[in-house]
Amino acid sequence: MSLALSTQLICFLLLSGALLLGALGVVLLPNVVYSAFLLGGVLLSMAGLYLLLNASFVAAAQVLVYVGAVNVLILFAIMLVNKRQPMRPMGGLLLRRLLSVGVCLGLLALLVQVALTTPWALPGPPSIGEAALTRIGEHFFTDYLLPFEVASVLLLMAMIGAIVLARRDVLARDVVTGEPADQALLERRRPPFLPSQGGSSPSAPSPQ
Amino acid sequence: MTITDIPLQAYLVVAAMLFCIGVWGLINSRNAVRVLMSIELMLNAVNLNMMAFSSYLDGSQVRGQVFAVFIITVAAAEAAVGLAILLSLYRNRDTVDMEQFNLLRW
Repeated sequence: MSLALSTQLICFLLLSGALLLGALGVVLLPNVVYSAFLLGGVLLSMAGLYLLLNASFVAAAQVLVYVGAVNVLILFAIMLVNKRQPMRPMGGLLLRRLLSVGVCLGLLALLVQVALTTPWALPGPPSIGEAALTRIGEHFFTDYLLPFEVASVLLLMAMIGAIVLARRDVLARDVVTGEPADQALLERRRPPFLPSQGGSSPSAPSPQ
Repeated sequence: MTITDIPLQAYLVVAAMLFCIGVWGLINSRNAVRVLMSIELMLNAVNLNMMAFSSYLDGSQVRGQVFAVFIITVAAAEAAVGLAILLSLYRNRDTVDMEQFNLLRW
């Protein structure tokens, strides 16, 4: 992108501020629906940062795949499993959170230290700007052809796997006995696989 | 156009902060959907690193962008399978509380 330097700096600061605040909101907000929408904002700011880094193709892919598909999928999952019951309180939660804050800050310090002290080979070769799109296409169909094809197989496997995992068992015949299955039973609520160890009463029917 | 104003380290530090927020959320979330969202945050942080290196250190052969596209692909597959597992888990255990998915705990 050919922007003025000050404009780039302002864009970078705004986008990274929105990114980090949104990420904190994703992690910290009590309502998971707000978290999902903030995740969409985080992914959009990430696409803006990609645009700042001369990567318009990846920015478009980010918006299409992440915001358009993954975030919508997460919202659907929230809609399907939305159970408004408070989590069972457990002891030592505050201590655990503080400890993990310490661990994460240590990790952050380590990463920042590495990023700041490593002698990067700067400046690198000159950027090709918008010609990166054709360069990515060349990479995909020459030296990264095998990973490209394997990625398509991976997507197919993930699609089939997701369908197999998430579907209800709608079978015309019982597998074991061979008798016609009672289809009316399938839409009823299944009993939990194991009795939950909380105080949740098992006799609360909820429409599924 | 050469990028000279924003240092590479600024991008790396932002990515490191995003990654650490993701790790914290992964450890501390009790809602399983939020755990998946934290994983997405961490993957995005890695992607930002890839793009920064690709733009600053590998400006002529933008291999980092190729890797970022692969990471986006794998992340989409991971989200689909993860949410399917989550739905199946919710049907069996009737909760999304991570603390109650303790079947394999000793």
